[in-house]
Amino acid sequence: MLPIAAVAHAVEIDYWQYSYKSRVDAMDRLIAAFEAENPDIKVHQTTFPYAQYRTKVAAAVSAGEGPDVVQLYYGWLDDYLNAGILKPLSEENFPAAEIEKDFFPIVHNMKADGQYFALPTAVRSLGLFWNKKLFREAGLDPDIPPKTLDELADFAKKLTKHDRAGNIIQVGITIGPIDQDHNWWREVLVRQFGGTPYNADNTKVTYDDEAGIQAFDYYAGLVTDHKVSVVDFMDKGEIAFKAGRAAIHIDGSFALSTFDRARRLDYGVAELPTYDGIKSNFASYWVNGITSKATGEKREAAEKFLKFITSEKAMQLWLDQVGELPARRAVANRPENRDNPKFGPFIRGLDYAHSTKFYSEAEQRRTVVDMLDRVVLNGMSVARSLRIAAEEDQAIIDKARMK
Amino acid sequence: MAEIKAPIRPGKIIIWCLLFIGAVIMMTPIIFMFSASFKYNDEIYELALISSEPTLSNYIYLFENTEFLLWFKNSILVALASTVSVLFFDSLVGYTLAKFRFRGRKLVFIAILSTLMIPTEMLVIPWYILARDFGLLDSYIGLIFPGIMTGLGVFLMKQFFESVPDDYLDAARIDGLSEFRIFTQIAMPLVAPALSALAIFTFLGNWTAFLWPLIVTSSAELFTIPVGLSSFSGEFQSEWEMIMTGAAVATLPTLLVFLFLQRYIIRGVILGGLKG
Amino acid sequence: MSIDKKRAVTAWCFISVPIVYFILVRFYPTLDAFSISLTDWNIVGKKTYIGFDNFVRLWHDPVFWQVLGNTFEYLLLGVPISLILSFIVAHSLDQIRFGHGVLRACYFIPFLTTAVAMAWVWRWFYQPVPVGMINLALGQMGIKQLDFLRSTTEALPAVLAPAIWAGLGFQIVIFMAGLRAIPQSYYEAAKIDGASGFRILREITLPQLRPTIVFLTVISSIGFLRIFDQVYNMTQEGEGGPLNATRPLVLHIYKAAFERFEMGMAAAQTVVLFTILLIITIIQLRVLKNG
Repeated sequence: MLPIAAVAHAVEIDYWQYSYKSRVDAMDRLIAAFEAENPDIKVHQTTFPYAQYRTKVAAAVSAGEGPDVVQLYYGWLDDYLNAGILKPLSEENFPAAEIEKDFFPIVHNMKADGQYFALPTAVRSLGLFWNKKLFREAGLDPDIPPKTLDELADFAKKLTKHDRAGNIIQVGITIGPIDQDHNWWREVLVRQFGGTPYNADNTKVTYDDEAGIQAFDYYAGLVTDHKVSVVDFMDKGEIAFKAGRAAIHIDGSFALSTFDRARRLDYGVAELPTYDGIKSNFASYWVNGITSKATGEKREAAEKFLKFITSEKAMQLWLDQVGELPARRAVANRPENRDNPKFGPFIRGLDYAHSTKFYSEAEQRRTVVDMLDRVVLNGMSVARSLRIAAEEDQAIIDKARMK
Repeated sequence: MAEIKAPIRPGKIIIWCLLFIGAVIMMTPIIFMFSASFKYNDEIYELALISSEPTLSNYIYLFENTEFLLWFKNSILVALASTVSVLFFDSLVGYTLAKFRFRGRKLVFIAILSTLMIPTEMLVIPWYILARDFGLLDSYIGLIFPGIMTGLGVFLMKQFFESVPDDYLDAARIDGLSEFRIFTQIAMPLVAPALSALAIFTFLGNWTAFLWPLIVTSSAELFTIPVGLSSFSGEFQSEWEMIMTGAAVATLPTLLVFLFLQRYIIRGVILGGLKG
Repeated sequence: MSIDKKRAVTAWCFISVPIVYFILVRFYPTLDAFSISLTDWNIVGKKTYIGFDNFVRLWHDPVFWQVLGNTFEYLLLGVPISLILSFIVAHSLDQIRFGHGVLRACYFIPFLTTAVAMAWVWRWFYQPVPVGMINLALGQMGIKQLDFLRSTTEALPAVLAPAIWAGLGFQIVIFMAGLRAIPQSYYEAAKIDGASGFRILREITLPQLRPTIVFLTVISSIGFLRIFDQVYNMTQEGEGGPLNATRPLVLHIYKAAFERFEMGMAAAQTVVLFTILLIITIIQLRVLKNG
């Protein structure tokens, strides 16, 4: 809608993200502020239900339509690069050296061939949620969460309840590789047992070793040996936790708002348990990139917009309104953020967090789901299932790199 | 069905009881869907049909804070338009295939039947490009065009038209009626049960269609109910109580359509003495 | 012009517009899909012609064969069970008067429901205790818990059940329409002859229902071979797990196209699906028409 007033020619750009109310509202506010500072640019936001966001983007791009600035999950970067959807950010507006100084190192994943393709406004990390009421019932101090993996297994044993027939009706800890557990396994457990998930340039799977076996043995053991959980109990860990049928749950910072809305849930949140003195965390983020459709003055406008929504001001607003952690260190480390009882553990976790460079997030996640299923459902040995998963993962990586 | 007066046989009672049990089993998932729509999010997995704190908040939220009524309107429009079109065109083609002899008849039938064998998932991209080329993106016509004629309807109507006695049609021809009028005034009424069934299924198929409406629309003003409901599914969790509520409300029009049309299916066809 | 010729012209007039429509909206996109199967295309880039490579890759992919097996299992279990059940219900409904309308509605309403909503309910029913209704009932009766969706053997039938459940209404209504179309005079004549219920069924009802049965068999077969909604909505992340135990062909195609953007592979799988459907339909039409 071109304004009739003084501005002769306003550039219009389209921004797409998936519908998540607080994010859409926050983006609306950012757009309003941006347009006030840049009267010659108009930003039009379109959102789609998450369930089919990717389908929409694929269909639109295939027909040469779509947005100028597009939101994507960081793990999709490779897919989008292969499909030619994104163009690199200009060095002039987004100097690589600055990005690497100001943003958390996990943002490095947005670099390909030495250029950055997208930037996040906010990031998320993992933390340990626990149900204070269930702790109390089990005779544990409701304000002290488990701090090490051994304590975790111990506490979980006390927190598991059974019915008369021996079926589990309350899990000590939720186990669900399809949710965040696959990230916990890959970036946290593997490292804590002394291994690394991938090699330095992310071309080879390196968790198929003794460290990996031990890490997976711990994870699968929670189900098979300690029997403190059922895979996908009540479908998803967060459902079981919300319903008060799971005492401990590992999830991302995005779960905070859901748990806040659960009416009878008295929960605490802490940093992930350590092992052998080693701390690790997994961080994920949604990024915004500029599509190949944006050229000329639209491209300039798009870059201005992207710069605005990844500024410090935008990030603080985002944290306050959406509850997602700032991607810039300066904002995250402000005392009021870092010491916040809810966000604090997650922000502190960012200090030592890793982000997996996904080549195909859905497929790589599946290898972990299947890896656990083979052990739990088919009784396969931990070592053998791990080997198969590593091979599948490597095949996915190799296939993606061939493109 | 005209029934000769007879005492109630014990066999009938057994049949009735079995049907009743079956009906209860059939309805159980639906009852739980409605039950979940009156619960808060953290309680929807509780098995109690009526929770400790039943609430209308989901319904209120649905009507006040979402565009549900708009989605509803769009769904009705699309479903009705498609149904009317299908009833006419599919019958026309089915009738022609059943009652006319012409070269290529078999081929046309197989060809149309084969259109059932392509999953929509593969067609949506070419449809999208087609819609874009004709300027139909993000429009009602764009929403409707893939569904105005269906292979399923043609197949169904052909089968039913085949049982219509040729003598009826020939008698009308002798009376001088045009072929088209024979079709609309003689043949169609004779297959009313099939038409009613087709109407119900077409309405329903369009009512619950998801993939194409999702792809062809960009503006929230054009969302149909399934597309709208999917907005309750987020990256990590779905607001199932809202989906249940939306689905519950969405069931009502289809139920009404069914209740209205089923009489025609049941009324059946009285063919008199012509056949047999 | 002879009458036959005139009739033929009328026929072509009637179907001319529909044929144009079908060509434009169904055939052309189908042929397009077929041609894409011979390429390597990721939606945005160029289409590179690679001949039958996609098909060769499929042939050597064990997951693809597992998917095919699953798809046939859905067919072989789903069609007979649903047709027999729906016929029994339609036939029984036809015989009772009291509460006929309400009972009939109960059998049909499931067909009106949204797949997403029903998938959630069924998934919930299949949960283990303490929230899963079926396992709770089994527990009460002292029977061992079933894993349902968490078992590689039980998952497929578990996903199939709501598909059958939802489709019963469709089949029942069609059967009822078919039953209603049988002239009363036939039954009356048979009654006068003193024929038993079973004989009536075998010699009048079923033969008269042939067109209906043909229709339902073909349509249900196509439907079960194309099963998607239930699997997508009842398995974790719609993956057709656990360990691909429930994954049907259409889901495989969908994932290839919309998650991995491998349009060539998706198209190749579509060609396979189409061929299977075509062959099965033709076989069924032949056998059921002449049998």
